[in-house]
Amino acid sequence: MALLEVDNVHSYYGNIHALKGISLTVEKGEIVTLIGANGAGKSTTLKTISGIVRPRLGSVRLAGEDLSAFPAHEIVGKGLSQVPEGRGVFARLTVMENLEMGAYIRDDAKQIATDIERVFNIFPRLKERQKQVAGTLSGGEQQMLAMGRAMLARPKVLLLDEPSMGLAPILVEGIFDTIQAINEEGTTVLLVEQNALMALQIAHRGYVIQTGEIVLQDDAKALQKNEMVQKAYLGVD
Amino acid sequence: MTLNWKQVGQYGFIMGIAVWYVSLVGMVETFDSRGIIDGTMLTLGRALLLTIGLGMGYVTAWKVAKGNWATGLITSLISGIIGGVMAALLVIIIDTTNIRAMFVNASPALVEILTFDQESLAVGLMMLAGSLIACSVAGGVIALLPHLIRRAVISGLLAVLLMGMLGELLTVVLNRFDLTEALADFLYGRNGLSVIGAISVFIFFAAVSTLWATQKEKMQSGVENLPATQRRALSWGLIVVSVLFLILLPQAVGPYISQILVLVGLYAMMGLGLNIEIGLAGLLDLGFVGFFAIGAYTVALMTTTGELGVSGTAIADYSNFWVAIPIAVAVSAFAGVFLGIPVLRMRGDYLAIVTLGFAEIIRILVLSDFLRPILGGAQGVLNIPKPAVAYVNQIANQLPFYFQSVLFFFVSTDGRIKDPAHFYYIILIGCTLIGFVAYRLQYARIGRNWMAIREDEDVAEAMGINLIASKLLAFGIGAAFAGLSGAIFAAQVGSVFPHSFGLIVSINVVSLVIIGGSGSIPGVIVGSLVLVGLPELLREFAEYRLLIYGALLIVMMLVRPEGLWPSDTVRREMQSDEDVEPVPVGQTVPRSV
Ligand SMILES: Nc1ncnc2c1ncn2[C@@H]1O[C@H](COP(=O)(O)OP(=O)(O)O)[C@@H](O)[C@H]1O
Ligand SMILES: [Mg+2]
Repeated sequence: MALLEVDNVHSYYGNIHALKGISLTVEKGEIVTLIGANGAGKSTTLKTISGIVRPRLGSVRLAGEDLSAFPAHEIVGKGLSQVPEGRGVFARLTVMENLEMGAYIRDDAKQIATDIERVFNIFPRLKERQKQVAGTLSGGEQQMLAMGRAMLARPKVLLLDEPSMGLAPILVEGIFDTIQAINEEGTTVLLVEQNALMALQIAHRGYVIQTGEIVLQDDAKALQKNEMVQKAYLGVD
Repeated sequence: MTLNWKQVGQYGFIMGIAVWYVSLVGMVETFDSRGIIDGTMLTLGRALLLTIGLGMGYVTAWKVAKGNWATGLITSLISGIIGGVMAALLVIIIDTTNIRAMFVNASPALVEILTFDQESLAVGLMMLAGSLIACSVAGGVIALLPHLIRRAVISGLLAVLLMGMLGELLTVVLNRFDLTEALADFLYGRNGLSVIGAISVFIFFAAVSTLWATQKEKMQSGVENLPATQRRALSWGLIVVSVLFLILLPQAVGPYISQILVLVGLYAMMGLGLNIEIGLAGLLDLGFVGFFAIGAYTVALMTTTGELGVSGTAIADYSNFWVAIPIAVAVSAFAGVFLGIPVLRMRGDYLAIVTLGFAEIIRILVLSDFLRPILGGAQGVLNIPKPAVAYVNQIANQLPFYFQSVLFFFVSTDGRIKDPAHFYYIILIGCTLIGFVAYRLQYARIGRNWMAIREDEDVAEAMGINLIASKLLAFGIGAAFAGLSGAIFAAQVGSVFPHSFGLIVSINVVSLVIIGGSGSIPGVIVGSLVLVGLPELLREFAEYRLLIYGALLIVMMLVRPEGLWPSDTVRREMQSDEDVEPVPVGQTVPRSV
């Protein structure tokens, strides 16, 4: 049994059929990436998993438990923590306050403090700026903050929605290195990306989504060599 | 350096237009009966004009010259000349053509005020233009002064203006005591401050402001360095002193100001409620008066001795103010949650419109023929008795004589509160209670929920915050506070009418929350003092109240958007805007988004 199982999920925005039967699995300890073009339904898939969008059909199971009965805020407590697209840090709160908000569902103050230290070890930059208002951080720092904050919920699976979006190329590599580091520390990651090149380099497995349907799935290595992926997403012709 | 002359011209033009405007809407003439400095020509009406001159001169030098003395002086002079000439032009137009058909306020009396009561029009015009030019340059000079001096001068000027404006009232208050009577004689003449009084006030407040600005940090660190026991003693001392102050305040200021304080308190309670919705949870509620009305009507109907009351029914014996209060609070809280349910998914502007509609529905329902037999329609509910202390005579018998007289100072022998001003104490208790609850909530877990929702609903949900419960709680608690305010209001006034619950009340509360400092509890108190207290003290303002509100809101949003007493979060944000730490070279991170 996989840690996260998405089974034949159909999601709608009004009449728009955004997900047309998506199935995917994430095993414990993996980095799985979901790649696809703009508007393919990547964010919708993540939102459906975390309960913000409700599927009309199909199910999402975490460690065997069906999540469809739970509202979004309770799903966080079940062990799914999402870094939304465009980061979404609390711009007027400080870095520290943002991190504390990440641990909102927990009440083990001591353990939270050590976890914050852990986040600071991964992102030393945040430690330097812990008293700074988040809105004045650079784009890359905000992304780090959003990821650090999501980790503080101690998720079983960390859901990342296009962490490289809007970042300068030199920073993108750093972000992917950190994702790998987080994963090596033991967090399972479902990574949504348009930047297929980088995502496939760090992921174990990958899925390709097109207009709401999974069209391809394989090991990351194999996908990198796949002709269709190379043409459509890696810019190789 | 090339100067932006167009901008200078614009500021001068704005000065002129502002002078025209306040003159033609009648503000200058209405305010003119109030003197600022006795024996001089400085009345409140003229002070208004001169303040416009000062303000625009300040803005000109500030925006255009950016700290350069020579250009600052020249530009503020030029914008002053434009404003002054425009003001003179207005007088000439009024004097030569009859524009009263359109502008009723363009009267000979206005001309007299504008021309400083001079016989000769030419001299008067010179004085008008000259004084505006002088004020504009003075404003420019103030803008260019070093920070500390600028602060002192502005504090001094504001104090003179305010104390002059409130002269009549302050003299009455000061004359109540022998000790302070001499001070009143020294400071005040017949109409406004005496010249020597004005100078003293200016120097005193300038000095206080400077001391405060320079010594504040030293004092703070001094207090922080005290041993814990002493610090505790100090804070207890402060609490005792402020409680004593608040208890004795009505005795000191007399019945008229006490009544105003009652009104300020009622608005402060509402403000604290709305502050939870707007300031903490970010829910823009424009129908707040609805909950105030619900609280008021609940108490009215439960306690009135009139025909709409419960007398003759089974609960009549148990129904009094003290019983009605918690019920009114509960009913309002319920109404808040009830309104909250349909608007849970709405944000920002949509929410504002729906809540606006809600308040109108409440008002129209109360006015309707349909509910008239229950709520009294336009006639309202009359004969609401004053709250009574039960068993007052039995209690009094147990007390030593001195405390008996204290007790009977406040209540009559049947236990009813004697003087409307004594509602001050009920309101003081109400405000303290609400303030305490608001403070605890703000710093509790739920306060963080609200703050997160205000910042970003979607992210808050992704953190595991229950949006529905948190929002409904904000609506419910906000409404409960307003309900308590309304409940006390009903008993204090003794009758409730639908027209007491118009949109203007909601507007007042929103304004005081924003001007005070959204999300800040002391801000709400300051906001109610400024927006509710001051206009009551200056009855001439009544006609222009909304105009002044509007102007004040605009000016505040431009110069101090964080409010008079901002919350920590907002204060920090404002500071960080000003001085973002420079990122060391070599690790510069391009800022995207
Ligand atoms: N809130 C919304 N309302 C209506 N349609 C939406 C909404 N969000 C996304 N969509 C549509 O659903 C489809 C998938 O969008 P999305 O999941 O955001 O794509 P991606 O994240 O892959 O760029 C797109 O066609 C998009 O236009
Ligand atoms: Mg997306």
